[in-house]
Amino acid sequence: MSTLLLIEQVLNGLQFGVMLFLMAAGLTLIFGVMGLINLAHGSLYMIGAFAAAAVAGWTGSFVLALMASLMAAALFGALIELTVIRRLYARDHLDQVLATFALILIFSEATRWTFGSFPLFLDTPDWLSGTVMLPGGIQYSLYRLAIIIIGLIVAAGLFLLISKTRVGMRIRAGENDREMIGALGVDISVLYTMVFALGAALAGLSGALVGAIQSVEVGMGEPVLILAFVVIVIGGIGSIKGALAGAILVGLTDTLGRTVLPVVFSTFMEASAATSVGSALASMLIYILMAGVLIFKPTGLFGSA
Amino acid sequence: MISKTAKHTLKAFGAATALSMTLATGAFADGHGAVKVGMITTLTGGGAGLGVDIRDGFMLAVEQSGNTNIEVVIEDDQRKPDVAVQLSDKMIQSEKVDILTGIVWSNLALAVVPSATAQGKFYLSPNAGPTQLAGKGCHENYFNVAWQNDNLHEAAGAHAKATGYANSFILAPNYPAGQDALTGYKRYYDGALAGEVYTKLGQTDYAAEIAQIRASGADSVFFFLPGGMGISFLKQYADSGIELPVVGPAFSFDQGILQAVGDAALGVQNTSQWNKDIDNAANKAFVETFQAAYGRLPSLYASQGFDTANLILSAMAKADVKDQDAFRAALKEADFASVRGDFKFGNNQHPIQNIYVREVIKEGDVYTNKIISTALTNHQDVYAAECGLN
Repeated sequence: MSTLLLIEQVLNGLQFGVMLFLMAAGLTLIFGVMGLINLAHGSLYMIGAFAAAAVAGWTGSFVLALMASLMAAALFGALIELTVIRRLYARDHLDQVLATFALILIFSEATRWTFGSFPLFLDTPDWLSGTVMLPGGIQYSLYRLAIIIIGLIVAAGLFLLISKTRVGMRIRAGENDREMIGALGVDISVLYTMVFALGAALAGLSGALVGAIQSVEVGMGEPVLILAFVVIVIGGIGSIKGALAGAILVGLTDTLGRTVLPVVFSTFMEASAATSVGSALASMLIYILMAGVLIFKPTGLFGSA
Repeated sequence: MISKTAKHTLKAFGAATALSMTLATGAFADGHGAVKVGMITTLTGGGAGLGVDIRDGFMLAVEQSGNTNIEVVIEDDQRKPDVAVQLSDKMIQSEKVDILTGIVWSNLALAVVPSATAQGKFYLSPNAGPTQLAGKGCHENYFNVAWQNDNLHEAAGAHAKATGYANSFILAPNYPAGQDALTGYKRYYDGALAGEVYTKLGQTDYAAEIAQIRASGADSVFFFLPGGMGISFLKQYADSGIELPVVGPAFSFDQGILQAVGDAALGVQNTSQWNKDIDNAANKAFVETFQAAYGRLPSLYASQGFDTANLILSAMAKADVKDQDAFRAALKEADFASVRGDFKFGNNQHPIQNIYVREVIKEGDVYTNKIISTALTNHQDVYAAECGLN
């Protein structure tokens, strides 16, 4: 395997990781601040993608489509927070899981009623399609490069929001002591709705970005949701920094595992057996990584006990 | 006046509703018993488009026949093997169906079919054709109306060989039908392999595989990635700037999928036993009426559902389903006008049929396929020889 291919795969892993980060950031924020396990996060990802596909279909503009995905997901996020999620904060995690699982089913079927059972079309805009030549002679997809950049900008923005602004201070305070911040006169329910909508908007953006190179279909959010949970468990639940580290770690492990393992196995095994054993093991790799991290750091890389 | 057959039928239904009683009486008019069909297919979640097409094709044939003796119970398996098994138990034990059909996915078919046939029910597959049920595991009550899993991939291999490709990069998901796919392709393609990759089932990001294709020095790419996986792959492949020709089975270039892939699929050659431009009266009528009834073009899956229903109807005209031997013989004759043209069953009760090469084109605003050549003529699967049936 050549170095160029390896570098290209590292970029691919980075892109996958950044995309996972957009999902995981909202999930970990919601868990950290409100103590809520939100299985419906994948549905918000799907809503973002469908909103983007619909708006791109009407207007032909990718930028408008991205904005629509942010707004639609934030809107639905705020809506379910106000109607359903709000009643769950005081309940235990099992109740939260049950209620948010019900939301998955409701959103999936509602989307099917609205858009039908067949996948929708959403393509990358012309100005982002094709490839660019990176230094060193690597031919890389412009769109994937854009995803990496957008993801890193969002990550930087989130860090600033949480560490430098008043809202961020409240969010951090909310993580530490929910009752005290309420007693100090902060309207905790408004803060919760805001955080939830923010997390939802990030999921929606991620759905729209990914929808353009994958398929926009009902149920697209659930596989990503599982990975996002792995990411936040590895990174430490509630930590944005952990979500970024975990996402990039998972992205790199998965992508490099898929390409390197079959090659490694083929050095001492027959080719087709190496492919199937290698790819079977590669699909387990991130869970092995998660187990490994949990053995040495039971609260995750950046988690507090 | 109620005859003995009709009484018998009514009795078999037990607590039948008024509706099914009318059906049973109607059955008597034809001299043959009513048939209750249990359809288990994927109607929600990812991949629902396939199940919806099978159901719609099937029900269209039932409606067109005007035959009121056939009752269809439809349930959604959500693409989950455990749900499919529960549904089949329910259909056999409480619904008392005579025939089961509908399953889209091979792993679900493998979970349901052996127990259904062991309990003396007919199973007619409108899609999945796993190897395990075609060779030694064949069963006298199991009929496949679509294809054996390997078939379309074998045709792709034959087409690649005929076109002169000599260094293919091949990929498929790591599950029974994916393994069948690569095996099938390699059976007819005899060039070198630039790479052979199994992806995760349900994988949606193919950046890593596409980078491997770019680095491999291949002269062609063969892939089998059904449903959303294929959409993702094709869009990312088109965006990668690689311009190697792509061949594949029809599943990734089907009517339900093409609109979501867009220009990325144009010109791709794919193999199928059916296309909307096959020239016969049954097919013309099918394409027209399907479009009129549902407002979209039919897919390969819809054609398979349509054929499955017509096969059942043709057997119903000849025999009573309660007389299993006669009904089985009637099914095996395959005496119906298949929309794909000539169709007959081999000894393992899988189709012997032509498989065509199609090319993706754009007709107005709609992406669709047209047949450009025949890849394999009167093709039968290789597992038939291992099957003990005659």
